[in-house]
Amino acid sequence: MSDVSLSMEHVYKKFRKGEIYNSLRDLIPAMTGKMFGGDELDAKDRREFWALEDLSFEVKRGEALAIIGRNGAGKSTALKILSRIMRPTRGRMVVNGRLSALIEVTAGFHPDLTGMENIFLHGTILGMKKREIQGKLDQIIAFSGLDDFIDTPVKRYSSGMYARLGFSVAAHIEPDVMVVDEVLSVGDFVFQQRCLDRIKAVIKAGTTVLFVSHNLKSVTEICDRSLLLDHGKTLAIGDTDSIIRKYLESGSGTAVPEEKKSVHISQVVVRDAAGEQATFGSGETAWVDVEITARDFAEKLAVVIWLTDDAQYELFNTSTERLGCTPISLSPNQSYRCTFQLQLNVAHGTFHVCAAIHRYDIDKTYDDKKPAATLFIGNTTAVRGAVNCFPTVVEHGVSGVGSETPIVR
Amino acid sequence: MKEDLRELYKYRELLYMITYRDIKVRYKQSIMGFFWAILMPILIVMSGIVVRYAYAMVAHAPLKTADIAGVAIKSVPWAFLVSSIRFTCNSLTGNRELVTKIYFPKEIFPMAAVLACLFDFLVASVALVIFLALTHVGVSIYLLWVPVLLGTLIVLATGIGMLVSAASLFFRDVKYIVEVFLTFGIFFTPVFYDVRMFGDRGKYLMLNPVAPLLDGLSACIVHHESPDLHWFLYSLIFSLASFLSGFVLFKHLQPMFAESI
Repeated sequence: MSDVSLSMEHVYKKFRKGEIYNSLRDLIPAMTGKMFGGDELDAKDRREFWALEDLSFEVKRGEALAIIGRNGAGKSTALKILSRIMRPTRGRMVVNGRLSALIEVTAGFHPDLTGMENIFLHGTILGMKKREIQGKLDQIIAFSGLDDFIDTPVKRYSSGMYARLGFSVAAHIEPDVMVVDEVLSVGDFVFQQRCLDRIKAVIKAGTTVLFVSHNLKSVTEICDRSLLLDHGKTLAIGDTDSIIRKYLESGSGTAVPEEKKSVHISQVVVRDAAGEQATFGSGETAWVDVEITARDFAEKLAVVIWLTDDAQYELFNTSTERLGCTPISLSPNQSYRCTFQLQLNVAHGTFHVCAAIHRYDIDKTYDDKKPAATLFIGNTTAVRGAVNCFPTVVEHGVSGVGSETPIVR
Repeated sequence: MKEDLRELYKYRELLYMITYRDIKVRYKQSIMGFFWAILMPILIVMSGIVVRYAYAMVAHAPLKTADIAGVAIKSVPWAFLVSSIRFTCNSLTGNRELVTKIYFPKEIFPMAAVLACLFDFLVASVALVIFLALTHVGVSIYLLWVPVLLGTLIVLATGIGMLVSAASLFFRDVKYIVEVFLTFGIFFTPVFYDVRMFGDRGKYLMLNPVAPLLDGLSACIVHHESPDLHWFLYSLIFSLASFLSGFVLFKHLQPMFAESI
């Protein structure tokens, strides 16, 4: 076998937008209409779009590649072509070895069967041999943590339990190529972490992984290389950090100001000392420029900014008024600018800067942007979680009977 | 084709698992499952007896046990064919998630549907054998024809099954058309009547590929004679052809399933 375990060469995929004829009752009149010179069918045929255009990449054995992009960028289509569920309109792809897709981890389940029966059913659907499943049964059940419910029909499971069992089965296939699509969004935090660890272990064992996720944090943890897709076109391919930077930059500046509001946020820029920036190191300083523009007369305004994590949990907020600035009054067509300086004491991950115009005395929000910008904080090995308290170990040592080691200061 | 068959062989355990799932779900409440398996055959046999009784009245002849046995023998395989086609028709559209999300040879769905119906057929056959023992049809060397005839019927059912399952994936109204055919098909198939009742014109009825098989079953079990060889050969060729064309067409269409379902 060659060194390349997965490759796509100039792959194109076309979809038809509007209606397709999915009953004979519609098709036959349409066909006869076409025969007698009707143009209706042609008009329908023309509404096509390319879900993927000229996608080419190569993944070497044991390497992990992430595909990132916004909704509708063509990520799932690419994975479906790779897993042979769809055939590309043009182009070629090569998969060396057994491929398994963690696209929909519970697709094979039948609600009336018990957890145990579903392990076997789902396992064989994913391409495992019965003997193979038998051998890994204990591991699979232990991984899912559903020991007590394994003989219960899965229709009585909660959605979390459902997904856990599905992932546990899928994670125990030993494929040569593993395709992972958004499966980590299920389950609680602990289970998500366990899934991530499992994927890392699989990569370490030599499996090639293709990963699709909106969770940039998991992407950086798993993949060294990424590919950025936008509306079916490949924007860039390269090391994950630089691709994420490109991805976040491509997202800013797309919002259109709403002209109807009496005051609106006309610009939000996050920058470092050098200029506009979306990726920072933990603890670095960032400046947030906010510009607001008035259409009508407005008074006693304050600019509010806050920071949320990927789960929209608010980490911190502040406003010009709370920071001691005088309330803002604007006449029509006047603009106001302010710059906040932030110390980014947050840990590795994606964070969103949100902004709003607020009047405190009547408690009215004139305009808000959620999010106005997205920040990515690079990998820090020292801390995990949401914030970085910059910990250091100042004292450590072994104590107890027979311990001669002095406490180190 | 060869590649496709090899792949299907590789996934044989999956065929077994999906069949197991279909049977298990249907027999979850074992009484209902058993009832389901014999319900349709019993109804067909009973309507057959009513029809045969009417014939007997018109002909001023007594209703013979051999006639009732013949109706029963033809009804059970007919019920198998009807339920196979009915289940295969929904076998792809009813497994939408699996069709769109995971790759494996999709002909497993119609095949598993036929196998699950075969299980029902076996359950019903046990009841049929008991019934036949009570009517004293007797045993003969011609019973060796039974597995051959049933095998041909299974091949035919699978071939039609692959065609209708793919067709109903692309066109949602196919299942209504199939349903109409299944409802009235019994009148064009010698289940309640025998082909020989039509004399010379019986051969037109034999063009229905199911007819020689059912007629053959009744011939070798009730009348202790060999089926009409020419017509059996016709059925066999028809069944193999429908299986092959069904398989080839199915595999040709399979890459379009995910986006058309």
